[in-house]
Amino acid sequence: MLSIILFAVLAIVGIGFFAYNVRKVRFNILLGRDTDRTDKASERWKTMALVALGQKKMFTRPIPALLHLTLYAAFVITQIELIEIFADGLTGGHRTFHEALGGFYTFMISFIEILTLLALIGTIAFLSRRNLLKLPRLNMKELAGWPMKDANLILIMEIVLVVCIFTMNGADEAAQLQQGNAGYGFVISSFIGPLFLNMTDNLETLHTLEMIGWWGHILMVFAFLNYLPYSKHFHILLAFPNTYYSNLEKKGKFTNMESVTAEVKLMMDPNADPYAAPAEPQAEPQRFGAKDVTDLTWKNLLDAYTCTECGRCTSSCPANVTGKLLSPRKIMMDTRDRLVEVGENMRKHGKDFNDNKSLLGDYITEEEIWACTSCNACVLECPVNIDPLSIIIDLRRYLVMEESKMPTELTGMLTNIDNNGAPWQFSQNDRLNWAKED
Amino acid sequence: MGLNVPTMAEMMAQGETPDVLFWVGCSGSFDDRAKKITKALVKILNECKVKFAVLGTEESCSGDPAKRAGNEFTFQVQAMMNIQVLNGYDVKRIVTACPHCFNTLKNEYPELGGNYEVIHHTQLIQDLINTGKLVLKDGGVFKGKKITFHDPCYLGRANDVYDAPRTLIEKLDAELVEMKRCKTTGLCCGAGGAQMFKEAEKGNKEINVERTEDAMETSATIIATGCPFCNTMMTDGVKNFNKENDIQVLDVAELIANAAEL
Repeated sequence: MLSIILFAVLAIVGIGFFAYNVRKVRFNILLGRDTDRTDKASERWKTMALVALGQKKMFTRPIPALLHLTLYAAFVITQIELIEIFADGLTGGHRTFHEALGGFYTFMISFIEILTLLALIGTIAFLSRRNLLKLPRLNMKELAGWPMKDANLILIMEIVLVVCIFTMNGADEAAQLQQGNAGYGFVISSFIGPLFLNMTDNLETLHTLEMIGWWGHILMVFAFLNYLPYSKHFHILLAFPNTYYSNLEKKGKFTNMESVTAEVKLMMDPNADPYAAPAEPQAEPQRFGAKDVTDLTWKNLLDAYTCTECGRCTSSCPANVTGKLLSPRKIMMDTRDRLVEVGENMRKHGKDFNDNKSLLGDYITEEEIWACTSCNACVLECPVNIDPLSIIIDLRRYLVMEESKMPTELTGMLTNIDNNGAPWQFSQNDRLNWAKED
Repeated sequence: MGLNVPTMAEMMAQGETPDVLFWVGCSGSFDDRAKKITKALVKILNECKVKFAVLGTEESCSGDPAKRAGNEFTFQVQAMMNIQVLNGYDVKRIVTACPHCFNTLKNEYPELGGNYEVIHHTQLIQDLINTGKLVLKDGGVFKGKKITFHDPCYLGRANDVYDAPRTLIEKLDAELVEMKRCKTTGLCCGAGGAQMFKEAEKGNKEINVERTEDAMETSATIIATGCPFCNTMMTDGVKNFNKENDIQVLDVAELIANAAEL
């Protein structure tokens, strides 16, 4: 009885605290500007099915894709076992579904065990790639400190989960054998069971071991769940909405700034009365481009929370591979860090609190954003359809249109376009000269 | 034989409407290297008797570099002036040899009131060959040569055009060799996003040098591309390795014009 209460309390606290943190994240994401991503529902579902569920974009790099697949598959399928853990926990039962499902139960748990073992191999491989092989994209300077610890912690938590599952099943198997019963016949724990039995044939100890595995597993599950909102690992949930709300336009199409359109139209309208009072009180005037996270769209902010810092973007960025400061992954990490800070400030000190910091300047430098060639490699590379380029361009827009700050050569280029309709100093009247030259 | 380059104004005065408008772009109009690409395309258009026209002195920058540099105001002024001209001539179809103009006209003009069918010149040439209007001579100058194609970002990733230029190269009886980074994973030449007009940020290498290394690894003797900016960057990259006598950088239009002996 005590264990049922304990489990129920744990479940309520675990899920409740997770819900509380999810609300915070949602609040933060909705601080972004509006953008409409509700059209083309069927194309959106299809994108989500292929990219998030089907992992389509992962497979451009087969080795990490396969390793990742082991963890992904194990994670998804283990949720079935979690249902039983909940059922057992809330009823005080033991393998509640065993009798009802019979042979299928054995098949199912065996299947989970195989995937779990593969996931263990995957996890160890991931840890080695990061810490022993020191893959360049997993050891860049933006990962120093907390991001690296975060990554390793997740992998270690996954190992603990796996160890708990096998301790639970193995000890249970050993207990059955010790009592002279036939074992469960699960593919992997039927090997672990005899090992446990060799160590001890004390039934009490075996039951305790099983309990340690069971409680250890469920404790880890709740710990993991509640760690997610603080971690880059949140992608396991956010990948789905993030791919659903993907940009479905051609990647070369940059957003149109409607506030500018209104002004340019007025400027070009020969009938416009320059002295007329502004027609309607316009909506609250918005800053041109983005200086801080609240100037970005909610999709940019969702992108930031979805980023799992794999660095495929950065390793394909022409600026980064040639040693420039720009790293698209860092753009996403900075956006998230700043957003968490802004959200926290607002909850503590009210909506209008100003900490005199901003995304541009305190997190992302001008040198970084001017190194971008807008080649879309990062956007195409991202396995969960994150778009670092649109953030970079919005930061440029702020710099250029609000502060007139840009590399001097660009000032010249823009002046030329304004004056003579070409980025170089050539007269528009000479545009057809090539046709007469030999 | 001189080039026949009618302007929209001349066509209109004669009461004629061209089938397609050739948007030359700033590079194609002013840059000495890019002008050769422009002329190669005109030769092809003339040869195939395509009824086309240019805007000539009525053309202005598409606004692409302004938009990528973050100056939406300058971009939109350019776009709207161009749209006024284009709509004034009731233009329906546009071909251009510049992927930056291509992308901007195709994707960013519609929201400002400019709706046209915009194609890249490699797509038009492919169409001319497919319909039999352009015939390449057998055993042409490029027979057996190794050619690699550098994907312009604004043609490839930005607009998913990967096949048209490659199909044309294959028509040359040449051997098309791919770089290790190609198509969706192609590496930028370093000129996009208004980088063409500024010094690169501090780093340990120039992007065009990195990209030229990719091309040299294929041991191709011709680097083909479909963008005047990429052409400049790759040409500079080749010069960086003092390989200008061994490796040519050519636009697909130039390859085709040469092969058709125009």
